Amino acid sequence: MEVQDAVLAMLAKEPSHGYHLRARLRQSLGPLGESMNPGQIYVTLARLEKAGLVVCERADGLPERPERKVYALTPAGQQRVAAWLAEVGWPKPDLAEFHLKLVAAAAARLADPVELVAAQRRELLRRLREAQRAVLAEPARSAAGLLLEGVVLRLQADLRWLAACERAWSDAAERADDE
Amino acid sequence: MNVVRDVVRVRGLVKHHGQGQSRVRAVDDVDLEVPEGQTLAVTGPSGCGKSTLLHLLGGLERPTDGEIWLAGRRVDTLSERALARLRRRSVGFVFQAFHLMDELSAAENVELPALLAGRSRREARRRASLLLDRVGLAGRARHLPSQLSGGQRQRIAIARALANDPLVVLADEPTGNLDTAATREVLRIFEDLRGAGHTLVIVTHDERVAATADRLISMRDGMFVDDTRLAGSHPRGLGGLIGLEG
Repeated sequence: MEVQDAVLAMLAKEPSHGYHLRARLRQSLGPLGESMNPGQIYVTLARLEKAGLVVCERADGLPERPERKVYALTPAGQQRVAAWLAEVGWPKPDLAEFHLKLVAAAAARLADPVELVAAQRRELLRRLREAQRAVLAEPARSAAGLLLEGVVLRLQADLRWLAACERAWSDAAERADDE
Repeated sequence: MNVVRDVVRVRGLVKHHGQGQSRVRAVDDVDLEVPEGQTLAVTGPSGCGKSTLLHLLGGLERPTDGEIWLAGRRVDTLSERALARLRRRSVGFVFQAFHLMDELSAAENVELPALLAGRSRREARRRASLLLDRVGLAGRARHLPSQLSGGQRQRIAIARALANDPLVVLADEPTGNLDTAATREVLRIFEDLRGAGHTLVIVTHDERVAATADRLISMRDGMFVDDTRLAGSHPRGLGGLIGLEG
């Protein structure tokens, strides 16, 4: 997974320290985030700064330590976040990236996670249609049919996970409405 | 000008099951148009109201409220008798459990709806033989359902659904009792019907089946939560499915 986009999107909520971003990332990923290199966030932030997507400001009156730097999105960074949220990623679906997209979208109220899931689902269904029609057009027991079967099964697995995402984020939205 | 008409048109459709506290809104204020020649899949978790919707469209159940039009004719206000005639002549049903007559041969099962609709024995027989050929079972015409596989039985049921050249074919979990190979056979026949311009509404919880449609409606708690056009909107080729983009 490219964490660059996820880090950028987390900054959309509010300007943040590197260590704070890292903590949010790890919280969102749970045990899957444990293998993240502690320095990785700073390497990523430095790259983003170089690309003009974030600016770094030193917090006033504090000693000059890297942890005291506050990072904020530039207008170009904001555009990139919006583009990333709208993008539907297949055939190389990255579960963690999509998961972080939903977390960041909800935190910054940039987009409705349920809508992002729906857009992804539509895209996968169109792909599934293509694959299914190709399966139907293949003669029985063809080698290509076997490959297509694999494509179909993977798409189905992704669609089931999206259904779980849809339920969880709908429930979260309902809880937020109740509060 | 060649105007595509709506074969199915539904306005404010509501269906309640039960009374008082235990009342369930199986279909909750739904609007729908299905143009001629479209294959529509309706999907959703069990209990979402998708089967009830299909029963309402086919006149198997009466709505609590709302209007249903089939090919421009309002059908929710019809008398029982007129509704029964409509079901026989204008709607083809395909069910999960096939619902074939066990004591009749494959051919006789397919002939029956034509006979009930008042066609001559000769005409019914001619039509049945055409339809059995179409579903690839011309050689099984004299078999009883018990002598056929599940997939073959469902293909007979599809042939039967087409006996009176209906306005619309309504299929309720048509592959629910079938294995992968038989499902594929049924989907191939649906694909053939689609190509011939038939209008189909398929209710299914199987996304593989749903994905073969032109359009997919997702239901939850009696309402439509998504309506996606699947056909003709994809610029990428099959290579994209395995990452061979560009």
